[in-house]
Amino acid sequence: MPLLEAKHVTIRFGGLTAVSDFNLALEQHELVGLIGPNGAGKTTIFNMLTGVYKPSEGEIFVNGHPTANCKPYDITALGVARTFQNIRLFKELTVLDNVKIGGHIHYKYSGTSAVLHTNRFHQAEAVAEREALALLRIFDLERRAGDYAKNLPYGDQRRLEIARALAARPKVLLLDEPAAGLNDRETLDLMQTIHDIRDKFDITILLIEHNMELVMGICERIVVLNFGKTIAQGTPLEVRSNPVVIEAYLGEPAESIEA
Amino acid sequence: MRRLPWYLRDVIYLVLYAALLIGVTYGLEAIRMAYASRIIVLMGINITLAVSLNIISGHAGQFSLGHAGFMAVGAYFSAFLTFYYFAPYVEKLGAGTRSWAMQNVLLVVAVLAGGALAAFAGYIVGLPSLRLRGDYLAIVTLGFGEIIRVLILNIDKIGAARGFSGIPNWSNFFWVYFFCGITILISWRLVQSSVGRAFLAVREDQIAAEAMGVNTTSYKVKAFMVGSFLAGVAGGLYAHYMMYLNPTMFMFVKSFDVVVMVVLGGLGSISGSVIAAIILTYLPEGLRASKHVIPPVAQWLSVHLPDNLQWAARGVNLFAERDPRMVIYSILLIVLMLTRPQGLLGRRELWQVWKRKRNDDKTV
Repeated sequence: MPLLEAKHVTIRFGGLTAVSDFNLALEQHELVGLIGPNGAGKTTIFNMLTGVYKPSEGEIFVNGHPTANCKPYDITALGVARTFQNIRLFKELTVLDNVKIGGHIHYKYSGTSAVLHTNRFHQAEAVAEREALALLRIFDLERRAGDYAKNLPYGDQRRLEIARALAARPKVLLLDEPAAGLNDRETLDLMQTIHDIRDKFDITILLIEHNMELVMGICERIVVLNFGKTIAQGTPLEVRSNPVVIEAYLGEPAESIEA
Repeated sequence: MRRLPWYLRDVIYLVLYAALLIGVTYGLEAIRMAYASRIIVLMGINITLAVSLNIISGHAGQFSLGHAGFMAVGAYFSAFLTFYYFAPYVEKLGAGTRSWAMQNVLLVVAVLAGGALAAFAGYIVGLPSLRLRGDYLAIVTLGFGEIIRVLILNIDKIGAARGFSGIPNWSNFFWVYFFCGITILISWRLVQSSVGRAFLAVREDQIAAEAMGVNTTSYKVKAFMVGSFLAGVAGGLYAHYMMYLNPTMFMFVKSFDVVVMVVLGGLGSISGSVIAAIILTYLPEGLRASKHVIPPVAQWLSVHLPDNLQWAARGVNLFAERDPRMVIYSILLIVLMLTRPQGLLGRRELWQVWKRKRNDDKTV
């Protein structure tokens, strides 16, 4: 059974069909890339997979569980975590608290425990602290744990978002343009990190990216979208040489210019 | 203290705090300064109100203009209970230690019941907040506060427009500050916990909070319920201190007063709310002195200013003839908000402000 499965998913906003008949099945431990020109519908698909939008048609399953009636926080509890294209950190909170909120579903206890400082509170907080610091160490953010998230440099904010998503202990991690705005060296580091966390946490990763070097470098399978339709999928090598993909990215073949 | 089980440790703190309060209560009675102790008690009630609104507006980020409504629910319901049920019962017991103890126990019961009904009202108001944000929610809560007031205005049993008089004088410095301390403790411990982190996440970014597994709906309602419960408790204590309630006490202006305290102290800062509540309760009283200060100033000006500036002296004199304190109060508020738009303490606590300053110096 696939961990995350989309079957014939279509979404319309008024008269615009943003995504039509999208199919995807993510297996355990896969690293899949979702690419396509601007406006192809990649982020819309992410928003449907995480329950922010409801598909007009089709169904999405997480671990075999249908998600039609799930709120985004239910889907997180089922094991799907995400990052955002335009970083959405909790800016006025510390780096450590950001990660702790990421693990919210695992460290929950009642308000009464919180007010009375019961043993349950102390145990849960100790676990939260330990796990959050361990995650920060992996992303080399430990020494900034007490700083406000808004004060981190841009590259660190991107990595903090991934750390925060991992705190939810997901089975599937969705990364929306993790390398956007990073320089070449940072992108290389990030590629390595994504690869490492996939093995370390044994998770499945689906990522949207414009940086072809990154996508071709680490993804085992790539899905290409254009105008809401899946135009190709396969290994990086297959996709790279597919004429339909080249056309989508570079436009019509040369003769149209001569005409 | 760390080794002790949680219930023992908290009980010890509570007993120590109560002992301190009892000492101060008798101290205040001994010095016989009715005016000063009245202001101090009202300060405690305002601190409770400000800290409880800070949970809703500062931590969970839901802008509410209905706090006077919650306070009214708690005040009227607890007064209703004591006036019709508890006070006759205590009277029957006659004077003595037993009736004194019963009176205090029943006060706590009435006040908590008032808080519980206010929490229910908070639940009702919390529901639309699932759909509304910012200014829209503010208008709904404002309307809610007025509905409560108009309802009370039409219930004859609790005095309607005449006001509710004859409430027993059971509340005092001790109980006001006891619940004030508990309010601050609840608020502080919540914000340090997973519940408080969820509140802050909702305030910072709802979409991200939901993606992190935070049920924003439920936490918004929780924030409203906790905040309105504590406001209801403050209302109950207020009723039993003033011995008289009138619907005009709970006009929307009262809600604004509390909002001003929270915003002035810094949204999200508990110590900021406390400090602002103290300052804003004292200020209108402290400014009464302006009546004595301004006429001599006008006098001095009229003697020393040259003829072409005499209009200024006349202006100051005119100002002094009316009651100038609310004008000064308003000007002070404007100046404070212009110089510190984020509030006195911003989003931090008092001690964090100092620490932060040190850190900033280091990085520069």
